[in-house]
Amino acid sequence: MPAHETFYDVMRRHGITRRSFLKFCSLTAAGLGLAPEFAGRIAYALETKPRTPVIWLHGLECTCCSESFIRSGNPLASDVVLSMISLDYDDTLMAAAGHQAEELLHQTVEKYDGQFILACEGNPPLNEDGMYCIQAGKPYVEKLRYMADHCKAIIAWGSCASWGCVQAAHPNPTRATPIHKVILDKPIVKVPGCPPIAEVMTGVITYMIAFDQLPPLDRQGRPKMFYGQRLHDKCYRRPHFDAGQFVEKFDDEGARKGYCLYKVGCKGPTTYNACSTIEWNGGLSWPVKSGHGCLGCAEDNFWDKGSFYSPVTSLNVMGNVEATANKIGGTLAGAAAIGVAAHAAATVIQKATAKKPRASEEMSNG
Amino acid sequence: MASVMTPNGFDLDDSGQRIVVDPVCRIEGHLRIEVNLDENNVIRNAVSTGNMWRGLEVILQGRDPRDAWAFTERICGVCTGVHALQSVRAVEDALKIQIPANANHIRNLMMLAQYVQDHIVHFYHLHALDWVDVVSALSADPKATSDLQQSISPWPNSSPGYFSNVQNRLKRFVESGQLGIFANAYWGSPAYKLPPEANLMATTHYLEALDFQKEIVKIHTIFGGRNPHPNWLVGGMPCSINVDETGSVGTVNMVWLNMVKDIIEQSIAFTDQVYLPDLKAIASFYKDWGAYGGGLSGKNVLAYGEFPAYANNHTNDSLMLPQGAILNGDLSHVHDVDVRDPEQIQEFVAHSWYQYSDENTGLHPFDGVTEPKFELGPNTKGTRTNIENIDEGGKYSWLKAPRWKGNAMEVGPLARYLVAYARGREDIQNQVNGLLEELNLPITALFSTLGRTAARGLESSWAAHKMRDVYGELMANLKAGDTATANMEKFDPATWEADVKGVGFGEAPRGALGHWVHIKDTKIKNYQCVVPTTWNASPRDPAGNIGAYEAALLGTPMANAEQPLEILRTIHSFDPCIACSTHVISNDGRELSTVKVR
Repeated sequence: MPAHETFYDVMRRHGITRRSFLKFCSLTAAGLGLAPEFAGRIAYALETKPRTPVIWLHGLECTCCSESFIRSGNPLASDVVLSMISLDYDDTLMAAAGHQAEELLHQTVEKYDGQFILACEGNPPLNEDGMYCIQAGKPYVEKLRYMADHCKAIIAWGSCASWGCVQAAHPNPTRATPIHKVILDKPIVKVPGCPPIAEVMTGVITYMIAFDQLPPLDRQGRPKMFYGQRLHDKCYRRPHFDAGQFVEKFDDEGARKGYCLYKVGCKGPTTYNACSTIEWNGGLSWPVKSGHGCLGCAEDNFWDKGSFYSPVTSLNVMGNVEATANKIGGTLAGAAAIGVAAHAAATVIQKATAKKPRASEEMSNG
Repeated sequence: MASVMTPNGFDLDDSGQRIVVDPVCRIEGHLRIEVNLDENNVIRNAVSTGNMWRGLEVILQGRDPRDAWAFTERICGVCTGVHALQSVRAVEDALKIQIPANANHIRNLMMLAQYVQDHIVHFYHLHALDWVDVVSALSADPKATSDLQQSISPWPNSSPGYFSNVQNRLKRFVESGQLGIFANAYWGSPAYKLPPEANLMATTHYLEALDFQKEIVKIHTIFGGRNPHPNWLVGGMPCSINVDETGSVGTVNMVWLNMVKDIIEQSIAFTDQVYLPDLKAIASFYKDWGAYGGGLSGKNVLAYGEFPAYANNHTNDSLMLPQGAILNGDLSHVHDVDVRDPEQIQEFVAHSWYQYSDENTGLHPFDGVTEPKFELGPNTKGTRTNIENIDEGGKYSWLKAPRWKGNAMEVGPLARYLVAYARGREDIQNQVNGLLEELNLPITALFSTLGRTAARGLESSWAAHKMRDVYGELMANLKAGDTATANMEKFDPATWEADVKGVGFGEAPRGALGHWVHIKDTKIKNYQCVVPTTWNASPRDPAGNIGAYEAALLGTPMANAEQPLEILRTIHSFDPCIACSTHVISNDGRELSTVKVR
């Protein structure tokens, strides 16, 4: 038995039988969309591996990614931190401070050069010589570059690290810049969302540790397994959309019946994420299920696409065929059923023209 | 400088050894603390530097005010939702929108849940390691730990076998040589006073609290769709309620309401059977910290008040925690606070990395101006991008310096409790008096690092119990046939007046929080937030008054100048949130200069 506590040990300690553990591995494989034979690989990895060092840096951000991470129910954040990874630096949680904290960065580079995962929450600002985010008296971007030089791979947590998010919204006064535009020579897994779903975060880490490889990514660098489909396509309110049953304004009759939120601004039709399937906080609910439209928080530049209460058809998005649907819907002066038909047609056109790789992938999936 | 007396009565001496702590970890955001020690390692000068700026209020200009809650919610993901709530209140105030009673109850439930969760996470995950020696827990006797646990609380996880399991897990963790977040810390320092059994008990609860906190926030998930960053709505709440008709399964229904009730009961159990007993047990070994870290708390404290019992009524007749200001420690006279009065709340920038045309004056948030100006004082050691020692004689922080009628103020749970105590609120007085009696401490011990941490614990329990009351009121209202959650009469911008201003104010877990919005032609013309940590971590003002962090550090002896435990204890007792505090506006909205790095 290894000296460290492996994930398998954690499971056993929680009273899980070996049989249940193997079942967990099968379910994990299935949950990640993998063939059944991968279950054995997951089991082997979780039984034997030492904990992978993870350095978790914080740039300009609001710490919602860390907060989301500790909401994970399966696995628990406590088990991830104590038994699955070695969280060797995270200024939000670590006991040390000041130079004792910063020493740990150098120790990690010495001991694990090229072997640790760099988890980035937030992003570096580049204006004012980078001094809009100061750490240990220096620009954060220097620390980011130093650690990136020595890491094995990067996880860009959340929309800040992946796209820029709120501080990069127009006019982006600090020139907050996503990780992939600063670090050009390392593999980067983007896990967007403001924040990402807790179990998506722990799922991505589990995958990387179990398989010792990056998850398959789409052209924008997001794991296909969680960001391959639009919320709209798996939304439990989708039948109401198809039937032309809409919430016209918040807390109306339609809202109390759980009708579709498309007309009050839901961005589900243009958002690729797992909210409508995995849901939030242990699968309890997600924004649409609790009555508010999706903000589209996992999408690039979602802050600058118009009001959260404007229907997506009126958005001015380059190459978005659904803009056409708005014009059609608009000339029909709110005739809901016909407008929806036009929108549905536009969706088909979008898939057929396959302008975006993700659309074509979806076709092959479906 | 050597020695000076500040106008607010603190003796500063910067002649001794200078210590730098950067980063201050286990906080939200990026903070730097520098102190000078005298020959006895006592702190004689303290400097607090906010290390980040994001510019959110610049970004808000020209946007739809109904969207502002989502932007401002992203000011902070630790105290998630608190900015969103003040934002919808500010817009509703500007547009004269009255929210329904249910929306008020639901907002109260969400904010109370935030208090409970945020305070628990602060105590166990951001603060406990300042007092609890994790390594010492390895040598505890599990049987004695069990006895200790059972003597202070009926919490069921208390058997010797339970503690033995946790201890074995810790041992294997330590023996692996991969210490993770516990590496390179201050274990074994003489500043740690707990016996091994108390250390094991508290470390065990560190893990239990980490697992439990995710349950509390499910109240946000039910009403707001997720946590962190649940959804809100100008005019009420977006979660329609349907308890008895077709379609109920797609909205807030009996199943979810029952779950809310269960979470409330679990929260009460955890705060009363784990958090408070731990707090008292730990405090009993650190009573000397009832004399350190007082700073401004015994002088000037400020609260805007929170939890309106009645919808749309933010006066003390309605607020469950009252508003008020106490000056010079005079608890016999609580001043009324008016967030609209241009003479009361003002922000200064003489020592902040911003510029005013006249830096001797302060500006009310409705008139707020912020031009970033990153420049270091002449006595800075190091360079512009490699600061070794900051020069507090010049500009030295990304935080502004807010003042109330010219006074530096402390905000937060302790400030709220002092105001409520002085206002004669019996529920708060009973809690406070009970704790002081149990610990055999004088009331002056409240004005300290210990008092700040204790007030937060008491408030977490208070909030958990208050959720039960609010839930009862929500259910009574539903029973009476009122299921409305939103007032949409003025949701359409076409119904708005051309030029309006509004304020949303209340209490975030970390203290007094206000949002000021100016709406012109249906768009945001100006948006300002004055935030708890801006008050507490504030730099000096033009008159030389120091802020709450700087004041609280003075006079504290350090056991070892190389190990900043004492600094962490006092700074953590405020629960810093730096992302919250640094996000101001360029009033003319002009593009800021771009400088390429490398």
